[in-house]
Amino acid sequence: MKQFIQNLAEKNGYQASHLLQILKAIQFRYHYVPEGAIEQLAGLLHIPRTRIISVVEFYSFFHSYPKGQYELLISDSITDHMLDKINLTAYLARQLKVAVGGVREDGLVSLDNTSCTGMCDQGPAGMVNGHALTKLDHARIDAIADLINQQKPLAEWPAELFQVEDNIRKPGLLLTQQIGHGAALRAAFKRGLPETLTEIEQSGLRGRGGAGFKTAMKWRFCSEEAQSERYVVCNADEGEPGTFKDRVLLNSYAHQVFEGMTLCAAIIGAKQGFLYLRGEYLHLLDKLQGILDERRKAGLLGSNILREGLDFDIEIRMGAGAYICGEESALIESLEGKPGIPRNRPPYPVTQGYLGKPTVVNNVETFLAAAGIALNGGGWFANVGTDKSKGTKILSISGDCPCPGIYEYPFGTSIQSVLTDCGANDVLGIQIGGPSGAFISNQEFDRKLAFEDLATGGSFIIFNNSRNILDIVHNFTHFFAHESCGFCTPCRVGTSLLKKQLDKIHEGHGSAGDVAALEELCRLVKKQSHCGLGQTAANPILTTLERYPELYQSRLKKISYEPGFDLDGALEIARRMANRTDAAAHLAQVGEDHE
Amino acid sequence: MSKTITIDSKAIPFEEGQTIMEAAAAAGIYIPHLCHHPDYTPHGSCKLCNVKVNGRVCSACTFPAMEGQEILNETKELNDDRRKITQMLFVEGNHLCPGCEKSGNCKLQAVGYYLNMLDNHFVHFFARRNLDASHPEVLIDLNRCIFCTLCVRASQQKDGKDVFAISGRGINKQLIFNAESGLLKDTDLEATDEAAHICPTGAILIKRTGYHVPIGERIYDHKQIDQVSLETEHPEHGK
Repeated sequence: MKQFIQNLAEKNGYQASHLLQILKAIQFRYHYVPEGAIEQLAGLLHIPRTRIISVVEFYSFFHSYPKGQYELLISDSITDHMLDKINLTAYLARQLKVAVGGVREDGLVSLDNTSCTGMCDQGPAGMVNGHALTKLDHARIDAIADLINQQKPLAEWPAELFQVEDNIRKPGLLLTQQIGHGAALRAAFKRGLPETLTEIEQSGLRGRGGAGFKTAMKWRFCSEEAQSERYVVCNADEGEPGTFKDRVLLNSYAHQVFEGMTLCAAIIGAKQGFLYLRGEYLHLLDKLQGILDERRKAGLLGSNILREGLDFDIEIRMGAGAYICGEESALIESLEGKPGIPRNRPPYPVTQGYLGKPTVVNNVETFLAAAGIALNGGGWFANVGTDKSKGTKILSISGDCPCPGIYEYPFGTSIQSVLTDCGANDVLGIQIGGPSGAFISNQEFDRKLAFEDLATGGSFIIFNNSRNILDIVHNFTHFFAHESCGFCTPCRVGTSLLKKQLDKIHEGHGSAGDVAALEELCRLVKKQSHCGLGQTAANPILTTLERYPELYQSRLKKISYEPGFDLDGALEIARRMANRTDAAAHLAQVGEDHE
Repeated sequence: MSKTITIDSKAIPFEEGQTIMEAAAAAGIYIPHLCHHPDYTPHGSCKLCNVKVNGRVCSACTFPAMEGQEILNETKELNDDRRKITQMLFVEGNHLCPGCEKSGNCKLQAVGYYLNMLDNHFVHFFARRNLDASHPEVLIDLNRCIFCTLCVRASQQKDGKDVFAISGRGINKQLIFNAESGLLKDTDLEATDEAAHICPTGAILIKRTGYHVPIGERIYDHKQIDQVSLETEHPEHGK
C-alpha cells in the first residue's frame, strides 16, 4: 500500500487540493481509506491527519471501515421508490445474502442506499463501485448477484447493465442543433470579446442552476476584479433529486459546454477551468477526458487557442457524494480538497473563489447557452421566453408519465402543456425544482415555467393520484437531514428535528399541536439557516401543508397529547421475557379524549 | 464625518472593515453569540447573532457593516428564534447543567438564561457521545460540544498547533483530536494552551479545578451574559 499511495501522491503533485481525487483512488482500490493511508498522506501532503479524516467522514463515497469488494448502492430518490425500489432492494439483499447497510461476512459485497443518482428517467438505479446501474429489475438483479458471486471483474460485466440513455424527447432552441467545434469561440473573437459579453447581456441569460443570477453581470464583475489570476468552474454536481439534464448535456453536448467555459475564460481572463463532476457520473469521465484531449489537439484548449493568444485549459475534478457541493461556495471548498461547507458571504466567489481568487461558477446548461449566444447573438436567445425569463429551460422529467426524459421549453410555457407533451394523466401534483423547490397541485397547471412564477433548476417529478403526498414529503425531508453539512445550528439540528417531527405525524403518533409545531420549526429552519440547503429544506413540508392542510390533520389522533413513540410496542421485549400475553401486560398509549 | 449604521433605530458609528458585531460591541450593544470570540476569525455557524439587515437575515459576526444599514437586533421575533436555536443546541447534545462543573461559568447556559429559555421545547436526541479522560490535565466531554470550533481556531491561531478539528457531516458531526490513536493524551495539547480554556460550554475542562470557585460565586451567577460579554470582550464598555 505504501508504494501505491506514494505514487498516487506524486501523480497528484503532492497537492492537498487533490485530496478528494487521491481518496477516490484509495477507496476504489481498498474499498475503504485505511488509517495507515491517512497517516502516510498527511506526511506527503503536509496537512494534519484531522483534515483528511474530516474529508473521509464528510463525503458519502469515502469510508473509514471496509466496504465490500463490490460496493452496491441503490438510489433513494422518490422516483426510485415509485418504481418499487424497496422490494427490489430487499430482493437484491436476499439474493446476495447481505443486509442493507451491511457488508457480507466474506467481505465480497456491501449494499446500501444513496441519494438520487441522476437516473430518474431509467430507474430504479444504483451503482457498483461508482459505476451507474440502470433499469434494475428482477432479471438484472439475478444477473448482478451471479456476477458478484462468481467474482467477475466489472470490465467483464455485460455492457447493457451500465447502459445510460439520453432520452431527449423534445429538443428546443439549444438542443436542436449542435454548434460546430470552435464556432462559438471564432464568432466571439471575430465580434470582439467585450461585444460578445454585451450580446450575452442582451440575451438576458440567467444562471440555470436555479438561483437565476444574470450571467453577463457575474462575468463582468469577475473580469473587473483587481487580481489577475482567475478561474472558471462548471458546476456539474447535479444533485437535486429528479435532475439529470446535465448528465445528458455532458454526454451529448460536452463540446459546447467546454466551449462555453472557454468563452468565459476569454472574457474574464482565466487560464484554468474546472469541471466539477458529481461522483455519480463516473461513467462519463473517460469520455469527457477524451473530448478535452480532442479539443487540445484541435487548438481549442491549451496555449494560444485559435491563435488568438488565449491560454486556457480545463481539469475535471470529481465529487464524492455530497449534495451540498452543488452550492457554489461549498463546491469551491470541495475543489480545494476540503469538506463541502458553504462559506460566509460576502466575499462572493467572483471576488474570492477558488484559492481565494476571483472565480465564475456556472451551471452546465448556462455554459451551453452562453456558447450558443456567442455564435447566434443575443437576440436569438432573447426572442424566446418571457420578459423576465429569456430563452429556454431544459427539464428533466420523471415520475408518473409514459415518456420520462429531457424536454426543452421556452420560458413561459404552462405546466399543462408540458404534461400533455409527456403524456401524463391522472396527475395529483408535481414537484418542480426538486425537493428544494415546490409541490404544486393539479389546480395550478396553468402556472408557467419562469423565474417570476415557477423557477426550477430543471427537476420536474410527476405524481399520479395513486401516490401518497406524505410519503413523498417523508422521502424529501429525510434527504435534507442526510445531506445537511452540519455547519450551522438551524440546519444541522433543524433538519433532523423536521425529520423526527414529520415521522411522528406520518407514523400516526401526532396529536393536536404537532402540525403547528412542525410549521413553526419549518419557518425557523427556512429563515435562520446559513445557505440554500437549510433555507429550502422545509419547502416540501411547507408547500404541501399550504395546499393539503387536511392531509396532515387527518393523521393526528384525537387526543390532546401523544408521546412520540409506541408505548405498547416498547413493552414487547418485556412481555416476551415475562412470557405474558394477558391484557394486563398491555398498556394503552393514552386514553382517547372524549367529546 | 464617520460612517454610521443603525441598530434598533440607534445610530452607531463604524470603521471600514468592521463587522456588524464589532461595530455593535464597540458601541456597547450586545448581540447574543456563542461561536464568536473577538480574538479569532469569525465563524458564523451558531447563528445566534443573526440580525435583520434591511429586512434580510445576516450573521452579525461575519457580515460587514456598511453605510445605510438599518439593523434589527433586540426584537421579539429575533429573540424568539434565538431561544429556539439555543434549545436546539441543548437537545442535540447532552447538557445536564446540575451535574456539570462548568455550571455558572457556561456561556450556553448563560445565553439560555438571557433569552429566557425555560424548557428544551424540542425532543431530545440523547446522542451517544464519548468522553476522553486520557490526558493528564484536560478532560473532554463530547456530550457538551456545540461545534463552535473555538478550540479549533484557538489551537491554530493562538497556540500555533492543530490539536482539534470537526469531522463528519450533518447531525453526525464530532470533534476529533490530532493523534494517530485519536486520544487527547497523544496530541500536543497542554493545559496552558488557549484552546484548553476557550470552550464556551463544559466540553473542555481542566482537571481538578472544577470547584475552585464555588457555585454561587461564578461568572454568570450574579451578572447576565450581555454585561459580562461587553466587559470581558470589550473592556472599554465595562461598567
